[in-house]
Amino acid sequence: MSSVTGVSATDELPGPDGRPPLSGDAASTGRVGDRIFGGAATLSGVVVIVLVSLIAVFLIVQAIPALADNSANFFTSREWAPGGDNPRFGILEFLWTTVTASTLAMLISVPVGVGVALFITQYAPAWMRRPAAALVDLLAAVPSIVYGLWGLITFSPFFKPVQGFMEDKLGWFPLFAPTGISGGTIFFIGIVLAIMVLPIVTALSREVFDQTPLAHKEGALALGATKWEMIRTAVLPFGRPGVISASMLALGRALGETIAVTFLVSALADGSPWTWSLFNGGETFASKIANNAAEFSNPSKTGAYIAAGLVLFVLTFVVNSIARVVIERRKAFTE
Amino acid sequence: MAKRIDVTDLNVYYGSFKAVEGVSMTVEPRSVTAFIGPSGCGKSTFLRTLNRMHEVIPGGRVEGKVMLDDQDLYAPSMDPVTVRRTIGMVFQRPNPFPTMSIYDNVAAGLRLNGVKNKKTLDGIVESSLKGANLWTEVKDRLNKPGAGLSGGQQQRLCIARAIAVQPQVLLMDEPCSALDPISTLAIEDLINELKSEFTIVIVTHNMQQAARVSDRTAFFNLKATGEPGRLIEIDDTTRIFNNPSEQSTEDYISGRFG
Ligand SMILES: Nc1ncnc2c1ncn2[C@@H]1O[C@H](COP(=O)(O)OP(=O)(O)OP(=O)(O)O)[C@@H](O)[C@H]1O
Ligand SMILES: [Mg+2]
Repeated sequence: MSSVTGVSATDELPGPDGRPPLSGDAASTGRVGDRIFGGAATLSGVVVIVLVSLIAVFLIVQAIPALADNSANFFTSREWAPGGDNPRFGILEFLWTTVTASTLAMLISVPVGVGVALFITQYAPAWMRRPAAALVDLLAAVPSIVYGLWGLITFSPFFKPVQGFMEDKLGWFPLFAPTGISGGTIFFIGIVLAIMVLPIVTALSREVFDQTPLAHKEGALALGATKWEMIRTAVLPFGRPGVISASMLALGRALGETIAVTFLVSALADGSPWTWSLFNGGETFASKIANNAAEFSNPSKTGAYIAAGLVLFVLTFVVNSIARVVIERRKAFTE
Repeated sequence: MAKRIDVTDLNVYYGSFKAVEGVSMTVEPRSVTAFIGPSGCGKSTFLRTLNRMHEVIPGGRVEGKVMLDDQDLYAPSMDPVTVRRTIGMVFQRPNPFPTMSIYDNVAAGLRLNGVKNKKTLDGIVESSLKGANLWTEVKDRLNKPGAGLSGGQQQRLCIARAIAVQPQVLLMDEPCSALDPISTLAIEDLINELKSEFTIVIVTHNMQQAARVSDRTAFFNLKATGEPGRLIEIDDTTRIFNNPSEQSTEDYISGRFG
């Protein structure tokens, strides 16, 4: 699960004299210490890139034979019957479940996380800021199994009537159509994922908002900005790259989250009809692979799961690249 | 467009620390008033109370009265946001918004005031940049980031940003202290032009600068560190520099200080 870490607003902002910070070789003095450290850093970078490439190669090599034998369309089929003489498998269902649940998780956690971060850094009384920040950092470190348990035991009974209400009132809209499934629906999983990644989004956003230079905030206030206008003119633009990084990190975690989801999903019966509804069950890539680890009995079966894993790998990669592009496009304005 | 400021018996505190004590003065409209005095005597602190920017600092508060013509800046019904829209401020370090273009920097205050019309914005951005003597240097790159300008240009950009909202008063806290002599002269010329429209108060450590740009000069001093700063005297600049009424002013100006 790669992600756009290492990008922070402060890296990219000009120093007090308006020049961009020194980077790469421009900062090197050519002394021994510099060269040793430079060499070590380069080596680590190369190792990471090589490792990721090797993983990709491994996935591809393992997946190709299974894909070649597959007699269903890998991308558009909803069947999953790998192995046997005539394997038929496709990822459409996992792709849909993974993407919708993660998107929903982002739609909930990013605005809420940014809001909480703004509250802690800009609105909370001074005595509250440190404890609140520490608490959020602590929550970010809670293992996902705990969120899974909590979702199953505490949140699920509470959510059932909510789902019933939404199906009742909004059921005409395909995304909210009733399916007869309750419990581990996509919608429910999206919410649990949102709660799970909320602390990461909050912790990282809080960190960048906190670093907004006082000069920028005072600049806005001196123009007659209200607090909220000051936040919009100074704090949010400054924190933007950081918030994007945080969201991508969170999205990466949501896409690949296994334990909590495996725990909660209602798997669909074979051959159940397609629906757009978020109140449908369904497996994500990660939960499907985890739930069926026992099935990796022969290479062609295993290959099918690895092919699914490869899609997850590519998906995460694409998401991160998009985030990169978004951040780069604004870069001219922060250098 | 310009208004008179009347300060009566102003004390400024940071928490329980009294930073400035008993300041009373009048700042005439369409004039430049310079604040001089040793470091730590409360010039910035006092300046910030004139547009309630001291309230941004935790623990900052005042006692006393500041009138802008007939408006009491500290009346309970007075919104600090309104005060700051009327009394603009330029800081020691140029602080353009780094994520905004030159154009957006100048337009920022107007947009806060709800001006949306593109034509109006274009017009005011141009006249403000002209007013800040920056137009010819940036007119071809209005959409480039403001942080890409030189320090002196950035400071003039900040001045353009401040005058774009047509304030009554412009406060400047050592606006040239981070700049080279050429940029400093450019800003001093600018101050001379701006005073026909605005009331200007400038803090400076540079005596020559105070002598060059200001009509009136206020000298602040403090008895000892830990003591609150006080206004020693305020008078016409020529008088302060040639024939001050207080001995300590003369000592400070002639460099026989401390
Ligand atoms: N944010 C703050 N919190 C607490 N005390 C402060 C703060 N800012 C300034 N002070 C104190 O208030 C007093 C006046 O400071 P101020 O910055 O107004 O001086 P100044 O005359 O502007 O000095 P300089 O010429 O160095 O800018 C000093 O004793 C200073 O330590
Ligand atoms: Mg100062």
